[in-house]
Amino acid sequence: MIDISNKTEEDFLIIKLEGEVDASSSIHLDKALRKAIEQNFKKILIDCNNLSYISSAGLGVFMSYIQDFQSQNINLVLFGLSDKVKNVFEILGLDQLLKISKNLEDAKSLC
Amino acid sequence: MKYNFKAPCSKKKLRAIRNFIGKNLKKHNLDDIEINMIVLAVDEVCANLIIHSHDCDPNESLELNMNIDAKHEGVTFEIIDRGEGFNILNYKEPSLDDIVRNKKKGGLGLMLVKRIMDHIEFKSSPKKNVCKLYKKFENH
Repeated sequence: MIDISNKTEEDFLIIKLEGEVDASSSIHLDKALRKAIEQNFKKILIDCNNLSYISSAGLGVFMSYIQDFQSQNINLVLFGLSDKVKNVFEILGLDQLLKISKNLEDAKSLC
Repeated sequence: MKYNFKAPCSKKKLRAIRNFIGKNLKKHNLDDIEINMIVLAVDEVCANLIIHSHDCDPNESLELNMNIDAKHEGVTFEIIDRGEGFNILNYKEPSLDDIVRNKKKGGLGLMLVKRIMDHIEFKSSPKKNVCKLYKKFENH
C-alpha cells in the first residue's frame, strides 16, 4: 500500500511517498514519476520521510528513469530516507546512481 | 524455532508474507536494518515466483517455512511452490549499466537476494520446487 501526493514549492515538485513500495504498489510510483516528467518538471524531490519499505520493484522504477533524467536535464533527489530504506539503495550501490540527501533543505540545494 | 505460512499467488499477499517474517524475526533481537534485509530477500523471491512462475494466479499458492537455529545463529527459509521451476542459481545477472541503458524495471530483485543471503539452494522435482535461503545473523 502506497499513498502518493504532490505539491509544488517554487519550481520544485515534491512527491511524497507514504507506506510501502513493493511489486504490488510500484506501478503507482511509476505513474507519478512519468506524470512529473510529462509535466516538464526539472526539479523533482521525493519525500521519503514516511516511506517504510522499498523492494526492487520500487528501486527499478527510479533506475528506469535515470536516462530520461539525464537527457532531459531533470534533477531528482530523494530525501528523508530511514536507515533501513537507505540501506536497500546501498546494497547494490544505487545510492551512487541516484541523488540522496538528508532533508528537504539539502535536497533543494542539490537540485 | 519453526514457523510456517501459506499464501495465494497474489502480489497483494506480499505484505502479509513480509509481516509474518518481520514479526517472527523481531522476537530474536535483531536490529531493524538486518530484519528489513532478510524480509526484503524473501519478498523478492516470493514476488518473482508469484509473477513469473504463477502469473499472479490466486488459485495457486506458495508455502514458506522459516526456521531459526536453536543457537540463534541464523535463519533458514524454504519457499515451496508447485509451478514451473525457477532456478535462481541459473539466473544471469544484468549489469546496473544494462538496466539503466535499457530502462528496465526488473532484474534488481534477484541481485539483492544474492547480496543479502549467505547461502542459496534450489531443488526441483516433478511435484514441487524448493528454494532454500540461509542467512547468518550478524553479531552472533
